[in-house]
Amino acid sequence: MFSNLDLQQFIFGRLTLEAIPYHEPILVVTFIVVALGGLALVGAVTWYGKWGYLWREWFTSVDHKKIGIMYIILAIVMLLRGFADAVMMLTQKALAVGAEGYLPPHHYDQIFTAHGTIMIFFMAMPFVTGVMNYIMPLQIGARDVAFPFLNNFSFWMTAGGAVLTMMSLFVGEFSRATWLAYPPLSGAAYSPGVGVDYYIWGLQIAGVGTTLSGINLIATIVKMRAPGMTMMKLPVFTWTTLASNAIIVTIFPILTATLALLALDRYVGTRFFTNDFGGNSMLYMNLIWIWGHPEVYVLILPAFGIYSEVVSTFCSKRLFGYTSMVYATMVIAVVSWLVWLHHFFTMGAGANVNAFFGITTMIISIPTGAKVFNWLFTMYRGKIRFETPMIWVLGFIPTFVIGGLTGVLLAVPPADFVLHNSLFLVAHFHNVIIGGVVFGLLAGVQYWFPKAFGYKLDPFWGKASFWCWLVGFWVTFMPIYIIGLMGVTRRTQYFDDPALQPFLTTAAIGVFIIMAGILSFLIQLFVSYLRREQLRDLTGDPWGGRTLEWSTTSPPPPYNFAFTPMVHDLDAWWDMKKRGHDKPLQGFKPIHMPKNTGTGVILAALSTVLGFALVWYIWWLAALSFVALLAVAIAHTFNYDRDYYIPAEDVLRIESRRTAQPAGA
Amino acid sequence: MQETTPPPGATAPVFYEQEEHAHGDGGTLFGFWLYLMSDCLIFAALFATYGVLGRNYAAGPSGADLFDLRLVAVNTGLLLLSSITYGFAMLEMDKERVGPTLKWLAVTGLFGAGFIGIELYEFAHLIHEGATPQRSAFLSSFFALVGTHGLHVTFGIVWLVTLMVQVRRYGLIADNRRRLMCLSMFWHFLDVVWIGVFTFVYLMGAMR
Repeated sequence: MFSNLDLQQFIFGRLTLEAIPYHEPILVVTFIVVALGGLALVGAVTWYGKWGYLWREWFTSVDHKKIGIMYIILAIVMLLRGFADAVMMLTQKALAVGAEGYLPPHHYDQIFTAHGTIMIFFMAMPFVTGVMNYIMPLQIGARDVAFPFLNNFSFWMTAGGAVLTMMSLFVGEFSRATWLAYPPLSGAAYSPGVGVDYYIWGLQIAGVGTTLSGINLIATIVKMRAPGMTMMKLPVFTWTTLASNAIIVTIFPILTATLALLALDRYVGTRFFTNDFGGNSMLYMNLIWIWGHPEVYVLILPAFGIYSEVVSTFCSKRLFGYTSMVYATMVIAVVSWLVWLHHFFTMGAGANVNAFFGITTMIISIPTGAKVFNWLFTMYRGKIRFETPMIWVLGFIPTFVIGGLTGVLLAVPPADFVLHNSLFLVAHFHNVIIGGVVFGLLAGVQYWFPKAFGYKLDPFWGKASFWCWLVGFWVTFMPIYIIGLMGVTRRTQYFDDPALQPFLTTAAIGVFIIMAGILSFLIQLFVSYLRREQLRDLTGDPWGGRTLEWSTTSPPPPYNFAFTPMVHDLDAWWDMKKRGHDKPLQGFKPIHMPKNTGTGVILAALSTVLGFALVWYIWWLAALSFVALLAVAIAHTFNYDRDYYIPAEDVLRIESRRTAQPAGA
Repeated sequence: MQETTPPPGATAPVFYEQEEHAHGDGGTLFGFWLYLMSDCLIFAALFATYGVLGRNYAAGPSGADLFDLRLVAVNTGLLLLSSITYGFAMLEMDKERVGPTLKWLAVTGLFGAGFIGIELYEFAHLIHEGATPQRSAFLSSFFALVGTHGLHVTFGIVWLVTLMVQVRRYGLIADNRRRLMCLSMFWHFLDVVWIGVFTFVYLMGAMR
């Protein structure tokens, strides 16, 4: 018979009451705030009786537009979490010059690990995927993505990974082994707790979603373009989406395999990355960066696409050098696979290997530079309208160029030996990720929000947000560049040298300016909602757009286009407006659409339970949820009734309501 | 998709397609092919890992000590035969004959199960001899690579059985034909990967 302890271990694995961090005041307060906020949200939804609506219209939706919006909401929530980590780190640094600060090392290590992990995997990735999901099918004149159910499933897997990662805040702990979990530190010997396991399973679950979403979006672009839209008539954002997803499909399997091997090392005691029995931890570094470097191009390429769309719209000009833009995108995508070793020049691979990877890294700056010139030449003699999306582009260009130049500096192996692991590097990648990716995504939100919701965002708060972000970014990271160049290392929780105090204090002030930027953005959303009648756009084309997403109404009907547009030129919608198009007002046909399904939610929920069970060694639950996962997946394939037709009368009714609003010029 | 740009000055072309067209399902096969390529990269990572760690015996047994090539030859034969019989099933599917399709699928499944059985026997034998995945980095990477392939075959068998039930119940309808086509690609893909495993791990390993 079991003793009491055996039984408890069988049921709960290594999960005990001690795993709840009730002795850490910061976490307790956070928990109370989150719990109250969560309760308020759940209470409000229940009070207004919206659960059924949310389930039917959103959670189970296979509409790429709704899934895109859910991705972006997830990203914004996770941005707040990741940003809270950033505020804690920078205030700790400012307070910890010759003093203890308020964060003990084991807590500080979790915070920088969580900050990196969350910002890349659960903020930037869902944000980019959300924008691609929403906009790309509209730009190519499609009714949905190639695999609508898979799209829903991908979203919920990403959300499941995020839930598991967030859970570590209150149940157990998160990894302390940095955002890429280098072994042997992340191995069982040096990280025996649950932190790294949370990290592994959170990323594995989200990674499944990302890979499948990549496959989905590529198939959509290749197979579902409107008639006449040849590859060289694709909008630039769609091109960058194609490049980005091509990279996703080639790198995320590597990440999955690498993390699986790390998990085997931790769970079964294999010897892939251990110090003994022939393991090789540098193999992990290579594998993880074969994923990790192309990953930054997954993020930046769609942002480049957004800048391209915004710049040509707000200069009312065709994008300068469309063809070179396409080639530059693809060259960046290809070369991105050939640079990973620059993350560990100091490994000692030898001068020739370092030279090869240093040169490939520098080569990437050539097509990127070409892009910058294309944007500048688009503006040259353009009639620039300084609307909110456009000022993000204007802030981006100088910021990103400086970030790119420090990147070229770091690509020189001898310089890298000096700057490796310093705060200079930290400032560099924040410079390109904030100044490139985040600015681009925020520009994209400002630009496409009227398409998604039918009213523009309030310009005052939008510009306030921009200026706080731009100024805050430089106030934060310029001092970090400087002390990084002086040799201060990254991930440091305590400083002895009082000379660093002014720099660290300035950086901490900067992060609060960025916080004002984020708050302005949230206020902007709220104020715009209140003022939505004044900001309403009835045309579907508020900015004088050039691409097909502006040819339909805002928000678009579930089927996007009642009649599939036919494309004759680059900037198809501009062409239609210029040459005169008559939108047919009758003759609607029934439209074939996919049905909603709850399977995606259920599968992702079971995967999250499986992840939780594996983290805590609750083997019975792991087995049970795995079997349930398999059973639900198989049962889903027995449902052949997956589509329906929107009757022609319904299309007529929706369209006549919409065409009362004039669409386009 | 042809170029339809009219000469300048021409009247406005047709901008809207008035008829509805079926989407077709070419997207599924293409999408599944993309999935296979991503899966291929998982194997690429595992092959690379084996390439790096495959000689790190840590004073333990090497491939030459462990591999029984006759057993592996039988196994390879089973898997290759299963690909041929899957091909026969597809031929019967094209003739729209449910019975023979199911029979060849069953034969394919049995060959696959035989392959998995022998592989499990081999693993059990190795572990019994003390050549466990924990013994050395070589053995870790060996078990990871061969085991991942075996897991794929196992899932392929589960999928095969599911499809057999569906074909029996609903017949060779378009959805089922498309699914059989996807599984066909999956099955042949695993065959190709096994050729790599057989050559790179077993033959070259036994020579060392």
